[in-house]
Formats: sequence, C-alpha cells, structure tokens
Amino acid sequence: MQQNSRNRILFIALLICLAACFLLNISLGSVNIPIEDIASSLSGGQASKNSWEIIIWNYRFPKALTAILVGMGLSISGLLMQTLFRNPLAGPDVLGLSSGASLGVAFIILGSGLLPPFLSGFFLSSYGIVLASCLGSLMVLLAVLVVSQRLRNTMAILIVGLMFGSFTNAIIGVLSYFSTAEELQKFTFWSLGSLGNISWPNILILSICCLIGLLLSALCIKPLNALLLGERYAKSLGINFKKTRLIIIIATSLLAGSITAFVGPIAFIGLAVPHISKMVFQTSSHYVLFWGTLLFGAIILLICDTVSQMPGNDFTLPINAITSILGAPIVVWLLVRKRKFMI
Amino acid sequence: MSTGKTILKAEELSIGYFSKKEKTIIASQIHLDLKAGKLISLIGANGIGKSTLLRTLTGIQKALSGQVILNEKDIRNYSPSSLAQQLSIVLTESLPPSNLTVFELVALGRQPYTNWIGKLTSDDREKIKEAMDLTQISHLADKKHYEISDGQLQKVLVARALAQSTPLIILDEPTTHLDLLHKVSLFKLLKKLAVETQKCILFSTHDLDLALQLSDEMIVMSPEKTLQGTPESLIQSGILNSLFKDENIFFDTGKAKFILKNL
Repeated sequence: MQQNSRNRILFIALLICLAACFLLNISLGSVNIPIEDIASSLSGGQASKNSWEIIIWNYRFPKALTAILVGMGLSISGLLMQTLFRNPLAGPDVLGLSSGASLGVAFIILGSGLLPPFLSGFFLSSYGIVLASCLGSLMVLLAVLVVSQRLRNTMAILIVGLMFGSFTNAIIGVLSYFSTAEELQKFTFWSLGSLGNISWPNILILSICCLIGLLLSALCIKPLNALLLGERYAKSLGINFKKTRLIIIIATSLLAGSITAFVGPIAFIGLAVPHISKMVFQTSSHYVLFWGTLLFGAIILLICDTVSQMPGNDFTLPINAITSILGAPIVVWLLVRKRKFMI
Repeated sequence: MSTGKTILKAEELSIGYFSKKEKTIIASQIHLDLKAGKLISLIGANGIGKSTLLRTLTGIQKALSGQVILNEKDIRNYSPSSLAQQLSIVLTESLPPSNLTVFELVALGRQPYTNWIGKLTSDDREKIKEAMDLTQISHLADKKHYEISDGQLQKVLVARALAQSTPLIILDEPTTHLDLLHKVSLFKLLKKLAVETQKCILFSTHDLDLALQLSDEMIVMSPEKTLQGTPESLIQSGILNSLFKDENIFFDTGKAKFILKNL
C-alpha cells in the first residue's frame, strides 16, 4: 500500500514534468518567442506576431507532438521486447528492428527507379514508406524470433540482432552504389533522423500507427506479467503464448516501423527508457511499468529534442546523435551499478 | 483414511516423442489414479522419463496413446485458461531475473481468475493471503524474490500454485537445491497442504528415503513398468530393487531403505 502511494506521487510528478518539458520544448528554438505569446497561442488566443503563430503551429507544436509519440512508441516497444525475449538488453535498435525498417525504406527510396511509375508513385508516398518500414522491421523481428527459438542463450540473440544490423547495412551500401545522387541524398537525410519537417497529415498517420501499437501493447500487460516467470509458468497460468507473442510482434513492428519511417532510426530510447522506469518505480509489474515507460519515453525524447535544437542557435543537431550521447552512458551506468540487469 | 475423489486418471498411457516418422516410446501401459487429499511422489532413475510423464500429465506434451483424464474430462479438451483452473505447477527451472516481490509472485497465481488487465479483487487478495499463511511466508511479502533463500523461494512457488486454487498441484523435483532440513520441512508442508486443503499433490523427487516415509502413495518408474501404490505395497512388490540397474544398490525390505553393497 505504501508502494501504491509512492507510485501515485511519482506519476503525478511525471505528468507535471511532461507538461513542463512540452512547454519548454515549444518555447525554445532558433527564434525567440516570449513565453506569454506561446501561452496565449496554445490556449487558443493569438501570438502578438503572425510569424510566431506560424512557427508555433506549423513547426514547433507538430515537432513536440512527434517527439512525444516517438518517445512513447520506441520505449514501449523496448519494454515489450525485453520481457518477450527475457533479455534486459533487447530493444528495437539492438535487435535490428530499426535496421530492418531502414532497409525497407532504402528499398523504396533507392530502388524506386526500378519500379514502374504508377507503383513508385504509391511507394514513395508516406503510406508506402510506412508500409515498407513496418514490413522491414517485421521481417527482422521474425528472423530474430526464429533464431532465438533455436538458441536459448540471451547473448546469442543480441549477436543475431547485431548481425542483422550489419547485414541490412551492407545491402543498403550495395543499393546506394546503384542509385542516383538525388535518391542518395534523400536517403541520407532520412537516415540522419529528424523530428521536424513532418506535415500534419503525416503526424496523423504516425499517431494512428502509434495508437494501435500502444493499444495492442496495453492488451498484453497481463500476459507480460505472467511471462516474468518464464514461458512454461505463463502457459500454466492459462496464457495463450503464441497469441500473446503475435500481438507483441505486431505491436512492436508497427511502433518501430512507423516511427522509423517518419523520423529515421533513433537509437537507445527503446533500450534505456524501460530501464529508467524500472529503476525509478522499483518494480517489474507491467501494470505500473507500462505507464511509467510511456511517460518517461515522452519526457526524455522531449528533453533530447530540446537539447538538439540548441536554444538560441540557428542550427539543429541530429536527434539520433543526442539520444546516443545521453543513452549510451545511461546503459553502461546501469550495467555497472546494478547487481543484475532486470527484465 | 477415507478415499477422496479421483482428480487425475491415466489409462493405457504411453509416453514418448514423435520425431519425423519415428515414434520413441519411453514408457507404456501406465495406469494412474490420483485422488484428492493425497501426497503422491514420483520416483525413478535419471533419464527414465519422469519429466516426460509429468509433461504428459500436465498437457504440455501429447501422449503417444491412451488418455489423461483430469476431473472427468480429457486433458486435451481443456482450453488453456480452464486448464489453469484445474492444474498448477512448480518447476525446477530458475526464474528469469526480475523485480517481482514475493507478494506479486504469489498474486500471479490468480491470473486465471482476473480480468483482462489482471486487477485483483478482494476475493483474490483473500486467496493470496490464505496461500501465504498456509506456507508461512507472509513475513516475506515485500521482499524481492531474489532476496530470499532457496528454501523460502520454493515455499513461495508452492504458495503461488496454491493461490491458483486448483484441485491438482504438480511439482517437478521441488527439493533439488535444498539441504536435508529444508527438504523435510518442504515435504511436511506438502503433506499438510494435501490434508488440510484436500488437494491432490504430485511431485517427482530423488529423495527416496524421505518419499517412502512421507508420501501417501508413490508412482515408481522402472525400466520394465510403471506402478502406483502405497509405499508399503510397493516395497512388498519388490519393484524398488529394479529401480536402478546396478547390482551394488540394493533395497532392504526390512529396513525400507536403499543400501550399498560391495563397497
């Protein structure tokens, strides 16, 4: 019971923190906009300059919204994978899902010249890229799953993920060798990752994909708790393991795939955020972890994005670099500090 | 002792594996009749097929022929969730690393009864408390499961199975990592549970002497046959002598003990 009240305080604190980070993220950027104008604009009024209004609604607000969606989606897919593979080092980037999604996108962008025009038109649209990206991550996840059935060793699964990563990178290398400069440039910009420049219709697609993915994940909260005891106990508790695994696979591919399609591969969020929430909430219960990971994911990506736009400067750092710079030391620190890495 | 209701029945059961076209029979002609309120031990040498038998009885593995009847219904006709309300298990394999507390671990036993998100009702909490009181682990409730000793963890796992409220509990070598003191206390706990809760408890073990002294009934797997009976009747039948294919190990019927010869 004491634990419950502690959790309640933590959740309230996280919600306040999320709201604060959201406002901070919107109020900072290359153009200085006074906080009063941002508040009045967000609350339905008008900013004192028309250009500020445009910056807020067409640039900063969608970007902050994207950061929240991406942070939530990647973190939850990391949480699902860590429990499914019973491997604390699993995550969408570590297991090669992001590489798989990149490969899907690479085929579309770099290989579009090979397709008949009416097809390449569809595939180069947002829908086509999302579809290819989700399929790419699904293929990799299925491959990792097949291999992990044969290898019960958790380290081996990670190495398989790394191998798929290098494999897809090699194919992308071959593809880029045969593609035009224009296609190559387009792909390179995509692969650097960016939360900005996403149009409202695309945000809608991303939101729908993330929403479906997160709803499917929420359906798995109970079976995920049973899986903490291992597969055999979970089955003895009446969990339909194959069905649960299928839902988790669909949810993670949808989340990792759609997110990678729009903002490019983003490292470490999926791996580090679930551990941060496990450490803060001191529990393995997915009933708590699910919401904790959602909130932490959104907050941390908002912070990373705020840092990457270098307040007061004209240039923006790639988001992927920031998440890696912040994420990698966190993972090492967790490894060193903890008795054992927990699922 | 009055005879309880039959919980699990095996008829003409053959166990083993199908691999490609080959059929590997591990044991056949198994007849079992497990009744409520009984503590039943399963003994046999390593590799004789105890695990295969338990896997078949729990419905994880298909029988080669014959059938397993659980509460008057063929085990193959149970859905996973209704089977979970009839049968709970305790495994030898160690738990994956996690932050689960003892209470949370026992509470997972209520999963077959909770709603889609796993919310515990007051009835569920009552059952969890009951299970923890019976196994005397209530004082450990807030500890993480990796902070307690092997003996305590075994009791916690038994409590989890109890919380599942099933008429049958099957334990796979529950005493493996325990010293003599904790083996005896776990056996006594299982015996107490069988009597007090009128559950049927089946466990496999290598602690033959303890099993002979404490079980109500035993299932003995020897290379030739699989027999069920009271410890006394099995001793009389002489099957215990054929348990190990080694002339140096000899069962002394008078002392009811295994004895080493020619040392």
